[in-house]
Amino acid sequence: MILASAPTATSPSAFWYLPIDAAAHGPALDHHLLLNLWIALALLTLAHLILFTGLILRLRSEPTHIGRIEYLPLAIITTLFIALAVRAESLWAANRYTGPSRTALQIEVTGVQFAWYFRYPGPDATFGVTRPQLVSAAEANPLGIDPADPHSIDDRVTSKLVLPANREIDLTLRSQDVIHGLSIPELRLKQNAIPGQTVHLHFTATTPGTYALLCTQLCGLGHFRMNATVQVVPWGDYIGWLASQPTEAHQ
Amino acid sequence: MTLPNQQVLSPKLYTRLFTTDHRIIGLQYLALALFSVTIGTLLSLVMRIHLVWPTWPLPLHGLILPEDYLAVVTLHGTIMLFFVLTTAPQAGFGNLILPSQLGARHMAFPVLNALSFWTTAAALITLLSSPLVPNGAAISGWTAYPPLSAVAAAGPGQGLGMDLWLVSISLFALASTASSINILTTIIRNRCPGLTWDRLPLTVWGWFTAALLSLIAFSVLLAALLLLFCDRHCGTGFFVPTGDLVNGVLHRGANGSPLLWLHLFWFFGHPEVYIAILPGMGLTSMLLANFSRRRPFAYRTMIYTTLLIGLLGLLVWGHHMFVSGLNPFASSAFSVSSIAIAIPATAKVLSWLATIWRAKPQYTTAMLFSLGFVSLFIAGGLTGPILAQPILDQYLNNTLFVVAHFHLIMAMAGVFGLFAATYYWFPQISAALGKPNLILSESLGRWHFWITILAAYAVFLPMHLSGLAGEPRHYAQLTTGSLTPTTALLARTIPANLHTTYSAFVLAAAQLLFFYNLVRTLLRGTPAPENPWQSTTLEWHPQFTNPFFPLPASDEETEKIIVYRDPCHYHAPPSGTIFIPQWMPDASIDPKPE
Repeated sequence: MILASAPTATSPSAFWYLPIDAAAHGPALDHHLLLNLWIALALLTLAHLILFTGLILRLRSEPTHIGRIEYLPLAIITTLFIALAVRAESLWAANRYTGPSRTALQIEVTGVQFAWYFRYPGPDATFGVTRPQLVSAAEANPLGIDPADPHSIDDRVTSKLVLPANREIDLTLRSQDVIHGLSIPELRLKQNAIPGQTVHLHFTATTPGTYALLCTQLCGLGHFRMNATVQVVPWGDYIGWLASQPTEAHQ
Repeated sequence: MTLPNQQVLSPKLYTRLFTTDHRIIGLQYLALALFSVTIGTLLSLVMRIHLVWPTWPLPLHGLILPEDYLAVVTLHGTIMLFFVLTTAPQAGFGNLILPSQLGARHMAFPVLNALSFWTTAAALITLLSSPLVPNGAAISGWTAYPPLSAVAAAGPGQGLGMDLWLVSISLFALASTASSINILTTIIRNRCPGLTWDRLPLTVWGWFTAALLSLIAFSVLLAALLLLFCDRHCGTGFFVPTGDLVNGVLHRGANGSPLLWLHLFWFFGHPEVYIAILPGMGLTSMLLANFSRRRPFAYRTMIYTTLLIGLLGLLVWGHHMFVSGLNPFASSAFSVSSIAIAIPATAKVLSWLATIWRAKPQYTTAMLFSLGFVSLFIAGGLTGPILAQPILDQYLNNTLFVVAHFHLIMAMAGVFGLFAATYYWFPQISAALGKPNLILSESLGRWHFWITILAAYAVFLPMHLSGLAGEPRHYAQLTTGSLTPTTALLARTIPANLHTTYSAFVLAAAQLLFFYNLVRTLLRGTPAPENPWQSTTLEWHPQFTNPFFPLPASDEETEKIIVYRDPCHYHAPPSGTIFIPQWMPDASIDPKPE
């Protein structure tokens, strides 16, 4: 059993309504997002100030300095966008260009209309083979795990995503039927699960707490209720929780 | 009153309805768009009400189920994108105004033009019939991602409703391709003597670029729709992988990829956004200039930026797929091309600001809506570069932040462009209806403008905050009754959602003023003077506006219209501004204004 731990992180910006941030890559992402939002707000204000000033001031002859009016501000804004893009690309590269470290904890996430299933591979660190023909919710095998595969025996399938804090996670995203979107706003994560394709997502959760996992890709009538709970807990609690979950062999 | 147009005079309904007169076809498109935008707006109100009062029963229907909500979302998006924002600026005003702005009396292919309209009408009827079939209309959104759209078992509405959606959009794609061929040919072939490429009004450049994009984008969409249809009915597997198990139905066929659809769809979908907005951008340049009595600032640069936006528009589709399983390196490349589009767009904004800078413009309603277009284009455009950064999309993708972004820039700015066009060109609209030179009430128009722009901001600015708080799109309900981390997260967005819903009512109600203005003017309007806005472009040539002007017996006589200069020539001698239309010979320019 895990004691529900209250989130201790605070929202990075009350003005912009962002939820709390509980991932290692989160503060850099938030910082860049807030920078972008403030720049956008400043440019919006500036443009409207120019618009209104231009409308209010009395008549003057037609502006002609095309270089000063058109190309100089354009060069400034282009430089600004290039700077933002370079920063964004470096953050994106840090998050997505390389895979997880070899010691990252593997968890598989499968989207099915309209539920999320999480699979922990057990001591062999390998997921058992799944076959769509074997999928049967009635027989408690929603993922179609093949019991004949020796890797399956120690797999654990849960409906809640429990993550140890401060440990790198390697999520393997799959979908059984249609495209789903995995989103954990408090961990600043979003990635679609595509049928026929596996996508990896690696990250580290830092702040223990209970967070929302939502589907963000329209997947059918139950899209709005395709949610799950994410719990980030200290390592010891994680080990204890995992041991309490039945393995496939004991289903 | 007699009219020059034989077909309008004809008592036979058949010949009036199936006319090949480009003006009447333009009006038919505009009527179709006006009908569609009314339906689309009512659907959006249903969504807004349901989101904040989920137990409200829709009259004549009852409780709104999740599948009903998604069918409403799908119909709203499809109607607005295709039948309003593609139809009205391009085919509607394009047909009504484009030939006259070229000094031409016909579109290049009049019969094809009529066929395009009636195919579009058939597409709309097909779409609107889809809620009536068993299991209702499609629920997979206007983007129709497979396998949700490829497998009938994926949900209610994904059977016959989805087939009707596919038929409707295929018809629409055919009609748009034909219409864009017509517009391109007309611009290339039917310009009057003297109207060289660099003398074309920026509106024509907008229509030209949008037609080029339509031609490329809609043909790809049509191909994608056919492949999807084959996946549904011919046992192929272009978009569905082997072993895909949807609601108990196992796909044993070919191993396809849903990502292929995303590539094909967004190769169409992103240019589509520019198809909707480019004519409005051209019109804004021309109207700001006309009412400021100046040339559009940096005219040539504006021609190049229009073309550049079109070109870049074809290279940015991947920014819809940053978190869709696209290779992260590809995301970086698409990010660069997407941010690059901000540069020509910024150049446009700078030109607009410079054109009106200390010009003491004339605040007609058309001018107000053009200024509103500039404001909304800036407000919606500034979040574009934010969403073009994949790392930020990792948080913002498919939240209401995206919905707010594209509604401000495409829906609101797009519709403001249409309002500006309607107020500005109403004398042309009324002339085509047989009542020449009526203008809409300017005082009603001002009320319409101010309420609309304030309400538009009130609807869409708070929506950014809902998105930043994490609210996803396409959620049929924000509360589910039980307390979960998700409901706690979404509960934070309820105040912003309530604000959005109340504002949406005001925004919709303000449009009643517009309808009242339209009806009142058509029934009881008094004719305005010829060329009431003192415009310089050819659609205001007496041959096109004055019903008593002797009609040329043949095209050869129409050739008498000759263009002598660029549009937007105004002189400001001390005694007052004069305007010099494109068709006025140099010799006849009176150096002293009256």
